[in-house]
Amino acid sequence: MATIKFTLNGKPQAVDVVPQMPLLWVLRDTLGMTGTKFGCGMALCGACTVHINGQPIRSCSMPISGVANKRVTTIEGLSSDNSHPVQRAWIEEDVPQCGYCQSGQIMTAAGLLAKTANPTDADIDEAMHGNVCRCGTYQSIRKAVHLAARYMAAANGKVPTQASNGNALKTAQGGAQ
Amino acid sequence: MNATVQKINRRGFLKAGAATAGGLMLGFHLPESSQLRAQDAASDAKLNAFVHVGADDTVTLYLHKSEMGQGVVTSLSQLLGEELECDWNKIRTQFAGVDPAYGPLMGTFGSMSIRTTWEPLRRAGASAREMLMQAAAQKWGVDSSRCRAENNAVINTATNERLSYGSLAEAAAKLPVPGKVALKDPKQFHLIGTSPKRLDTAQKVCGKAEFGIDVRRPGALYAVVARCPVFGGKVASFDATKAKAVPGVKQVVQISSGVAILADNTWSAMEGRRALQIQFDEGPTANSSSATIRKMFADLAEKPGAVARKQGDAPAALSGAAKKIEAVYEAPYLAHAPMEPMNCTADVRPDSCEVWASTQIQTAAHGTAVKITGLPPDKVKVHTTFLGGGFGRRGGDDFVREAVEISKAAGVPVKLTWSREDDIQHDLYRPASYSRYAAGLDAEGWPIAWTTRISCPAFGGIKDGVSRTAVEGVEDMQYSIANVLVDYHDADTGVPVTFWRSVGYSQNTFFVESFLDELAAAGGKDPLELRRRLLQKSPRLLAVLNLAAEKAGWGTPSPAGRTRGIGINNNIGSFTAQIAEVSVTGGKLRVHRVVCAVDCGHVVNPHIIEQQLQSGIVYGLSAALKGAITIDRGRVQQQNFNQYDVLRIDEMPVVEVHIVPSQEAPGGIGEATTPGTAPAIANAIFAATGKRIRQLPIRAQDLA
Repeated sequence: MATIKFTLNGKPQAVDVVPQMPLLWVLRDTLGMTGTKFGCGMALCGACTVHINGQPIRSCSMPISGVANKRVTTIEGLSSDNSHPVQRAWIEEDVPQCGYCQSGQIMTAAGLLAKTANPTDADIDEAMHGNVCRCGTYQSIRKAVHLAARYMAAANGKVPTQASNGNALKTAQGGAQ
Repeated sequence: MNATVQKINRRGFLKAGAATAGGLMLGFHLPESSQLRAQDAASDAKLNAFVHVGADDTVTLYLHKSEMGQGVVTSLSQLLGEELECDWNKIRTQFAGVDPAYGPLMGTFGSMSIRTTWEPLRRAGASAREMLMQAAAQKWGVDSSRCRAENNAVINTATNERLSYGSLAEAAAKLPVPGKVALKDPKQFHLIGTSPKRLDTAQKVCGKAEFGIDVRRPGALYAVVARCPVFGGKVASFDATKAKAVPGVKQVVQISSGVAILADNTWSAMEGRRALQIQFDEGPTANSSSATIRKMFADLAEKPGAVARKQGDAPAALSGAAKKIEAVYEAPYLAHAPMEPMNCTADVRPDSCEVWASTQIQTAAHGTAVKITGLPPDKVKVHTTFLGGGFGRRGGDDFVREAVEISKAAGVPVKLTWSREDDIQHDLYRPASYSRYAAGLDAEGWPIAWTTRISCPAFGGIKDGVSRTAVEGVEDMQYSIANVLVDYHDADTGVPVTFWRSVGYSQNTFFVESFLDELAAAGGKDPLELRRRLLQKSPRLLAVLNLAAEKAGWGTPSPAGRTRGIGINNNIGSFTAQIAEVSVTGGKLRVHRVVCAVDCGHVVNPHIIEQQLQSGIVYGLSAALKGAITIDRGRVQQQNFNQYDVLRIDEMPVVEVHIVPSQEAPGGIGEATTPGTAPAIANAIFAATGKRIRQLPIRAQDLA
C-alpha cells in the first residue's frame, strides 16, 4: 500500500492503495466516482478515458502511481452543469443511445478540441478511433464534435472562417469521404 | 385490446417503487408480445406500469421496459404525454420494480416496446387527463366539456382560467377512473411524430446515469468468478491460499458456475483470480472446434431435415429448370459485446433479497433469485438500472444467478463484475449456421424453384422439428417463387446460444439476399428489377425498396470506383431496404454510404428511428466485416476487442435514413436494419469484384 497524492477535478486528493492499482478502479471503487466506465481493461475501447494533465488517457491501464502529483480530470469534472461545449453539443445532437461509452467519447473529444480548435473529419477519426460505441453513434459524434468546435469558437469570440464553417456544415450533413 | 386503467393506493405505490405518495396515481397493463397476439383480456388485471401526477406538477411514468439505448424512456413518454397533454419538461421516468403480479414474463426484447404500448399508454394518458379535467370542472362548477387540457394544465374555455396539473392531482385522485376514453385522431398529434430531446441525454453526458455496474451498496464486496473455459466443464479442485494472499481479497467461495473471489475493490478481485490455483474437469465438449462443428453442420445438411416451409414441388421444379444454381452459405458464432460488461449487485439476507441489474428480463432475474434464495417471491426485489447495451445478451440470467449465489454463500452484499474476457468467452452466442441453397431459373432467367436446408443450433423451443429462431428470414421470405422448400436440422454443439440483435434474420437475410443476387446474375437480371418482380405481393417491402433505390441513385453511375448492392428485410413488423455503396481498392474494402428506407408504420419519434436504424447498420457492419467467435479445444479463442474487434468511427459510412409516412400500426425498430447490412455490402462487393461472398465475416481473400 502507498499513499498517492494527485489533483482530481481541481481538488487535492490522496488515496492509500496498492501502487499498481489502475486509476480506473481507484476512481470507481475507492472514490465512488462511477462516471468513468470499465469496458475492456486493456486500453482497447476508450470507455475509461480521463485527462491527465489535459491529455486523454485510458485509466484502465494507468497505474495509480503514474498519476502522482498530476492533474486528473474525469467526466464529473468536465463541468458541474453540462456547460462544457462538448456536453452542450452532445445534448444538442442527442448523441447518446445506451450512453455507456459516452463519458469516454466526450473526454476524448474534449481532448481533441483543446489542441485542434477546428478539426476535420480525418482529425476526428484519428483522435476517436480508439473509442468504441456498440450502439453506433459515430455519425452523431462527428456532427457533435464539429458543433462543439463552433461553440468553442463562438465563446472565444472567433467566428469560424467561411471555409471551415462550410466544411463543418458539409460534414454535418454526412459528407465524409 | 381492452387496456384497463386503475387507481392505485399506497400499497400500489410501493409496488411501483415510488418514493412519494400523494397525487394522482394510475396503474395499467402493458402487455408482452405473446399477450398482444392473444389479445389476452385476463392480463388486464396485472398492473405493471404506472403514471403519477404529483403536487409538484411533474408527471412520472413508471415503466417496466428497460432502456438500453433504444429510446423507450423518451418514446414511451411521448405516447403518454400526447394524450395527457404534458409539458415535456415536466415528464420524468423511473424503472418500475418487478412484482410477481406483473405476469409470467416482463422484459424488453423483440423490438416490442412501441408495438405493445402504442394503445395502452395513450389510453392511460387520456384517462389521467379526463380525471384532471373533471377535477378542474368541479372546482370551477362547470361541465367538463367547458374545459380543455394543455401543457400540464386545465383551461376553462369560457374564462381562460388555468389550473395546473399539480394543483389538481389530489382532487383528481378522488374521482373514479373513466370507463372509456376516446383517443385522439392522429391528425391532432403534436408530440407523437416529433423528436423532442431524449429524456436520458442530460444524465448520459456527465456520468450521472446509473448503470448496473455503477450500483454501490453499503458494505458490499466486489467479486469476479473463475469459470471453466470449456462450455459444460466444471471445477475439479481449487486452492485459495495464493488468492487470499492478494492485498484486498477477503473471501473465496465456490458457486455453481465456478469460484468467486471477493475483495474490497474489483481490481483486487481480478488479481486474486489471477493468483487462484484451480483445475477444471473440461467435460464432454473439450475436443470440439470450429472445424468439428462445421463438419457436424455439413454432414447434417446432406440429408433432408424437418420441413419449415413447403409450397409447390421445389425438387421437381428444380430438376426441370433451364438453369440450376447451388451455393453453401455460412455464418459464425457471434458475441454480443455490449459496452457494459455483465454485472449484478445482490444483497441476500436471511429474510430478504435485493438485486440490482442491467437486465432485459426482470421476471427471469426475479425468478432466479427466488429459486436460489428459497425466499417467498414478495421478499425478493429486483431493481432495474440503465443498460449499457443489451442486444439480447441481457435476457440471460447467468450474471444474476452468480451474484445471488455469491452473496448467499459469502453472507455479504456483493457487486459481481465480468471482465471483457469473461464477456467474450462466456457469452450466450448468436448461433453459427450452415445452409445449402439451390434454385432453378426458367428459360427467361426468372426463378421458379428455391430450396434451403439449414443446419443451425436451436434455442427458444422446437416445434414440429423446426426452430423458428433458426429459420426466420427464409421461412417467411417475401419473394414470390412458385416452388419453395425450406428444411432444417438442429445441431447441439455444446456452445450456449441465445437471441442476438435480429435473431435468425441476422444470418438468414444475409443468405437469402446474397443468393437472390446470385440468381439475378445467373439470369442476367438487374438485382433491383428481379426483386421488384418478385415483390409484387409485398407492397410495403416493394415501396421501401423503390424509395431506397431512388435515393441511392440506383441505375445512375456510381461515384468513381464505387459499386452498389441491395439488402432488404421484413422483420419485427417493419420493412427496410438498404443500398450500400462500397469501393474495393488494392484488396481494401471501404463502405462509403448506406442509404436506408424504412416503413415502420406510425412514427412516434423520427430522431430515435434514425438513431436505431444507424445503430442496427453499425451492429451489422461490425458482424459483416469483423465478427467471428471461433472454438478450439472446446473454448472460445477470442478474448477482448483486439481479437473480437468492432466497427470504429474511422470505418463509419455515411448513413442516410428515409422514413415512409404511414398510418399503419407501429412496427419495431431496434432490430430492423441489422439483417440487411451484410448482404447489401456483399452484393456491392460482388458488383465490384465479381466474387461472391458466401461466408461471414468478409475476409481479405474475398476482396483480392
